[in-house]
Amino acid sequence: MSSTDQNVLKLEDTELRLGLPGTDGCKRGALSSVKGNNKRAPEEAESDADGHGDCQSGAPAAKEQVVGWPPIRSYRRNSFQAKKTEPEAPGIYVKVSMDGVPYLRKIDLKIYKGYSDLFKALENMFKFTFGEYSEREGFKGSEYFPTYEDKDGDWMLVGDVPWEMFALSSKRLRIMKASDAKGLGSAI
Amino acid sequence: MRDISAEVPGGGDYHPPCPDQVLENVLENVLQFLTSRRDRNAASLVCKSWYRAEALTRSELFIGNCYAVTARRVTERFCRVNSVVLKGRPRFADFSLMPPNWGAHFTPWLTAFGAAYHWLEKIYLKRMSITDDDLAQISLSFPSFKELTLVCCDGFGTSGLAILASKSRQLRVLDLIEDEVNDDDVDWISCFPENGTCLESLSFDCVEWPINFGALERLVARSPNLKKLRLNQFVTLGQLYQLIVRAPQLTHLGTGAFSPPEIWAQGSEEPDYEAAFSACRSLVCLSGFREVVPDYLPAIYPVCGKLISLNFSYANINAEELKSVICHCNKLQTLWVLDTVRDEGLEAVATTCKDLIELRVFPIDASEDSEGFVSEVGLTAIAEGCRKLQSILYFCQRMTNAAVVAMSKNCPDLVVFRLCIMGRHRPDYLTNEPMDEGFGAIVMNCAKLTRLAVSGLLTDKAFSYIGRYGKLVRTLSVAFAGDSDSALKYVLEGCSNLQKLEIRDSPFGDSALRDGLHHYYNMRFLWMSSCRVTLQGCREIAQTLPQMVVEVFTSESTSVKDEDEYVDTLYMYRSLERSRNDAPAYVRIL
Repeated sequence: MSSTDQNVLKLEDTELRLGLPGTDGCKRGALSSVKGNNKRAPEEAESDADGHGDCQSGAPAAKEQVVGWPPIRSYRRNSFQAKKTEPEAPGIYVKVSMDGVPYLRKIDLKIYKGYSDLFKALENMFKFTFGEYSEREGFKGSEYFPTYEDKDGDWMLVGDVPWEMFALSSKRLRIMKASDAKGLGSAI
Repeated sequence: MRDISAEVPGGGDYHPPCPDQVLENVLENVLQFLTSRRDRNAASLVCKSWYRAEALTRSELFIGNCYAVTARRVTERFCRVNSVVLKGRPRFADFSLMPPNWGAHFTPWLTAFGAAYHWLEKIYLKRMSITDDDLAQISLSFPSFKELTLVCCDGFGTSGLAILASKSRQLRVLDLIEDEVNDDDVDWISCFPENGTCLESLSFDCVEWPINFGALERLVARSPNLKKLRLNQFVTLGQLYQLIVRAPQLTHLGTGAFSPPEIWAQGSEEPDYEAAFSACRSLVCLSGFREVVPDYLPAIYPVCGKLISLNFSYANINAEELKSVICHCNKLQTLWVLDTVRDEGLEAVATTCKDLIELRVFPIDASEDSEGFVSEVGLTAIAEGCRKLQSILYFCQRMTNAAVVAMSKNCPDLVVFRLCIMGRHRPDYLTNEPMDEGFGAIVMNCAKLTRLAVSGLLTDKAFSYIGRYGKLVRTLSVAFAGDSDSALKYVLEGCSNLQKLEIRDSPFGDSALRDGLHHYYNMRFLWMSSCRVTLQGCREIAQTLPQMVVEVFTSESTSVKDEDEYVDTLYMYRSLERSRNDAPAYVRIL
């Protein structure tokens, strides 16, 4: 199909017409083609069901992306995207280990907006809580607290420096047990 | 008659077992041979004695909805289980219609199984969340553990796989199918036992990270029982060659990327791929073919004549390229392809594959406005050529009632008919009529039909057909279809065997919902999203059917408000317990 044919079809779609759906290619207004668009007044919904097909309201909705339609799993869908090129801004991947846990995790610091975001994610990942954090007292109320190794190889307490500086300078994270913290360089 | 209470040698009286006990012992011995779970369910209803005997002898557990029953109830009833199948989320969750963290966690089940089933050997999970800790726990809890199959699962990563591989030393099967696997940068392939493994099947095509190929090669070399191997796209054709020459006994092979490496050592020849495939005399199932370079397809010609199953659904090949392969595949029973093969490719399939039982045609461009490369022409060809067809999934943009009717008449053995006309509300391409007659013919003529998915422009009439003739239908998928409540009423009143009903974006409301009250207890679940059911309507169901768990939700960030016109998503199922206690905040259970 040439592109001009496709353009013609699209114009037809948006043409104002009356008539039963299906007879002239006019798409019936989908009830809720877009997620969250479910809150129409009953009368409007009734008229759709009657089949008088309000083409004008139908056409714009048909243009928008419908969630989960056609029903193809995203894994399969994504397999045919353009060949995977390097993302423009590659993520900042750091390994996270936690004392007493036999496996590591790898996370992308770029996806977190700040410290509280990161802490929530770590708590979820390893199923524990950090407790309250304050400038003066560090992490209270938890036997764990987060540390990171910076560019110079020093181990620091997470949260002391501004988020961006932390994200760019950390090489890896270690969630330590409070009892093991004695030798930590920075102020605890 | 001899006095059977005579003394036995060595002293002591002999007390014969009472008749009930004898009966139970006999029953247990007989019931051991009963494998079908439906037969077992029936047997357990005969009387208490049979119930007990059946519970003692059931070794394979199947739980179709993990929230229908608790682990405790299960482990209290059945005590000698060695194999478990557990299913969690409903299918529409695959299409982003279910907010994240909804549930279906394996951990509580694992805890219960760990305590009750020390000799558990097999676990099969579908659409559940399983953690790395769970994988580690499996190794700890079950010393005889042999088979793990995870389908559409998430929550775990390569860390957990590493622990499982190293600790479950009798592992025979590790099949990861369409899972979301986290990358923890762990070389799990290296973690299998060093001296040799029991591996018979290893599938990791869904792992989206490179693996240590050297370790994989060594693994294959020390796995003499390996029959099924499914690689991911990071394994190149050259690497594949090295693997299959070491494992010519393979019966099922999923290739990685079917393209040669970009850099080829100067002066060296390309491996003789065809010879390598030739040597695999037992190969009956081929899949993979990611990033396929069709020039290399001739390598598989030697095995085509024996192939029972061929999955080209990730292979972007055209009609000619398919034809060159398919013309050799006269024993083929299962074929998955992309619509890039066009109607012409399907015509070739119809000519050669007379024993075809299952066909799936996926779209390379899964969007509503895509061009669509197959049509009623391909469907008609298949109908005329593949008379033994039992299962079809067909994505297209263009269809006619005539083609669907033709299939209904030519393929009377159809059990599964899933047609997805991707453009919503599309009528018959030639006549502009709704697709009612086509689907009507399917339910009328295919007496064995148990699974149906409809699409295209459909009026209530289509559903009246389904209700009237679809007596064996167990699973029905509906999207953007029907005119009114009557449609759903026809289905709920007519389809007496309906178990799974999933509906989206269709104008069905409370009145229709009420019409299913007599049947909901017999179903595995009902899903309705973006329809016209109200909170009050759902509440009525919950009040009338106390054993029904009625969940409503909108999205992770939006709660269900009382003043909302309609409920966004309704998901309900029968449960023997009170409603679950692990529901996230956004789910409201009525």
